[in-house]
Amino acid sequence: MADEEKQIDEFTGVETTGHSWDGIKELNNPLPRWWLWTFYATIAWALIYTIMYPAWPLLNSATQGVLGWSSRGDLIAAQQEAVAQNADKVSRLAEMDITAIIADNELRTFAENGGKAAFKVNCVQCHGSGAAGSEGYPNLNDDEWIWGGTPDAILYTLQHGIRYEQNDQTRISMMPAFGADGILSNEEIRDIAWYVVQMSGGEADSAAAARGTTLYADNCAACHGEDGGGIPDLGAPRLSDAIWLYGGNYEEIVAQIQNPQMGVMPAWEERLGNVTLKQLTAYVHSLGGGQ
Amino acid sequence: MTTNLIKQPDIEPHNVEAVNTGAKKAFVEPLYAAREKIFPKRVRGDFRRLKWIIMAITLGIYYITPWIRWDRGEFAPDQAVLIDMANRRFYFFFIEIWPQEFFFVAGLLVMAGVGLFLVTSVVGRAWCGYTCPQTVWTDLFLVVERFFEGDRNARIRLDKAPWTFEKIRKRVMKHATWIMIAVATGGAWIFYFADAPTLLKDFVTGQAAFIAYTTVAVLTFTTYLFGGIMREQVCIYMCPWPRIQAAMLDEDSLVVTYNDWRGEPRTKGAKKAAAAGIPVGDCVDCNACVAVCPTGIDIRDGQQLECITCALCIDACDDIMGKLGREKGLISYATLRDYNHNMAIAKDPSTGTIDPSRVRGKDGKFSDKLRHFDWRIMLRPRTLIYLAAWSAIGLGLLYALTSRDRLEVNVQHDRNPVFVTLSDGSIRNGYTVKLLNMIPEPRVIFLSIEGLPGATMEINNIDQPAGVSFAVPVDPDRLRSLKVFVSQPPANVASGQNTFRFIAEDKQSAERDVYEANFDAPDK
Repeated sequence: MADEEKQIDEFTGVETTGHSWDGIKELNNPLPRWWLWTFYATIAWALIYTIMYPAWPLLNSATQGVLGWSSRGDLIAAQQEAVAQNADKVSRLAEMDITAIIADNELRTFAENGGKAAFKVNCVQCHGSGAAGSEGYPNLNDDEWIWGGTPDAILYTLQHGIRYEQNDQTRISMMPAFGADGILSNEEIRDIAWYVVQMSGGEADSAAAARGTTLYADNCAACHGEDGGGIPDLGAPRLSDAIWLYGGNYEEIVAQIQNPQMGVMPAWEERLGNVTLKQLTAYVHSLGGGQ
Repeated sequence: MTTNLIKQPDIEPHNVEAVNTGAKKAFVEPLYAAREKIFPKRVRGDFRRLKWIIMAITLGIYYITPWIRWDRGEFAPDQAVLIDMANRRFYFFFIEIWPQEFFFVAGLLVMAGVGLFLVTSVVGRAWCGYTCPQTVWTDLFLVVERFFEGDRNARIRLDKAPWTFEKIRKRVMKHATWIMIAVATGGAWIFYFADAPTLLKDFVTGQAAFIAYTTVAVLTFTTYLFGGIMREQVCIYMCPWPRIQAAMLDEDSLVVTYNDWRGEPRTKGAKKAAAAGIPVGDCVDCNACVAVCPTGIDIRDGQQLECITCALCIDACDDIMGKLGREKGLISYATLRDYNHNMAIAKDPSTGTIDPSRVRGKDGKFSDKLRHFDWRIMLRPRTLIYLAAWSAIGLGLLYALTSRDRLEVNVQHDRNPVFVTLSDGSIRNGYTVKLLNMIPEPRVIFLSIEGLPGATMEINNIDQPAGVSFAVPVDPDRLRSLKVFVSQPPANVASGQNTFRFIAEDKQSAERDVYEANFDAPDK
């Protein structure tokens, strides 16, 4: 305000700020004492606080505070506490056999929960967040297991992977490319395909399927079984059912015989360690198809 | 002045001024004014007796309730009233409430609110005057104060007296007793939240939870502060209810009223004035009503927000009227309508002043035209509507309480994947089924499915072949969560979404709960 003259409110005798809004002038009352002291107290508090706790920014970091507190330290402490709480269970998981773990109510619950978390991080990329898979990536909820669905079989698959060359003990199965390598003619492949469609309960060209019967017995039964029931030990999928990794209609079956696709699963033993793999096993086994 | 005082031997005139009177709150006064001390005088009478009784009952309920035992068998606590936060259970005698049944508590709070409206519209701020904890504890603290320091005049003298050993002794005793009461008050509170005998032992031996000590400390402090130091200031400045009461009162509500129509013109020298031919009302201006007032008002100024309607001024005035041989009720519970009616009679139409001769006949009896309280005024549309609303909520809660389920089944359908095709072409859906056994007894609950042709279910970790009915043991007063897989053979599968039912049954008590669930299959 340019006008420095003191203005006194007539009615109260209190000085005004000189500001006027619609003719109403603001009284320049002093701040209440309790308010002022509270304000000073907050300033003192803030000063003490910035000494005790990390506060003032420096060039490369900030003052650390004399208490040495940090949110990262809090997190680490909380994590260590959680780890310490579960140490006993984790050591039992490490020692015990997977079948025994699943038989133990408390351990199984613990393992399933841990497995669920590990699955979300490591497995969902291929098998999906609900473990339902997609074409080429097996659904882990169902009751068909290419390499077996017992706890031991699941754990082995997790440990060593499938067709994962870096692991000596990886599960390996190779289906010949019957068409691409010229082992069978196109007609023969079509006949076998019709027979497989029939085997899995689909509607097939019965004449072609009949021709395919012998061809199947000669070329396929060694791995997939006489009745198409599959042999998990060999990693040969069951054909006489409703579950298909690469599609179950005639054209898709033809394509698979012609030049088969075969997926790869990494071995997880080194990366995750046996405790986590046992947890993952318990989780996958609980999804509804465990044997 | 004193020469003109009333001649009756045992009427003590009080040299007292109402500290919270409207005239003192002139516009130009500062917003903050230091509190003026109030030294309420002891009073005897019907309302005082009623208040003692209510104080004994309410304090008794508060302190004793957590110690009442109630046998619920071996699987539930035996404390009659217990808010078990850790296990999320609320026990009230034969009622046990789970968190999802908290609406019962909400309903009770709504009833308390409507009840407050009802009571206020009938008898004004009866809650404030008789049962509000602020009033009850302030009353209790005043008893202590009076015990150590004496009645009003002694307390005023002591307050003004220099700090002698005697004054210090009295003050220390008073505050020490107040703090003991405050500790007991804060202490009683925590017993509602844990087993009282165990907690008391832990508390004394220093093993109770930190929160227990904090709670007691905070409540001790607030009790001491509100009951001992702040007193009427809580009612006048902190409590919202005095502001709301204006909307709750109407001209038919009973409020503590100074009946000007018979009291005015008030005079200290009644006989002298009468002899001089000056009209004299019943009020002898002895200020007894002001001296006893715990909120420091003069009821003769009319109804005001500081008045908590504790009715002690009625007792004080009735006592004086009795001594004077006049009718009691110069200050009384009266409705504004009756008061206005009587004022119209008492006022001289030409001068507008109150003339005592207009309300009394020659024989000194009250005129028949005066209106007195008629209890039927309590039953009017407003109060009946409040009563109806209050009863409706109460009956609704009662119905909900008597018809509620103690066995429940809740189902969550797996959403990822929605369904799974099995090797034989069956379609399987997964569910998380929660069985709630809401009684403190272990039970075997039969879970079955119905309405889905050919379907069977399996339950994780319950060793039983696929079927339509499973016997599931559930711990007392607990929820059991089950992973359930329901499969339907290919021949029965209908495409899209189908509904079926999960049924939970206790075959012994014949309790049953049904959940309608969806079964998803691929679109064909």
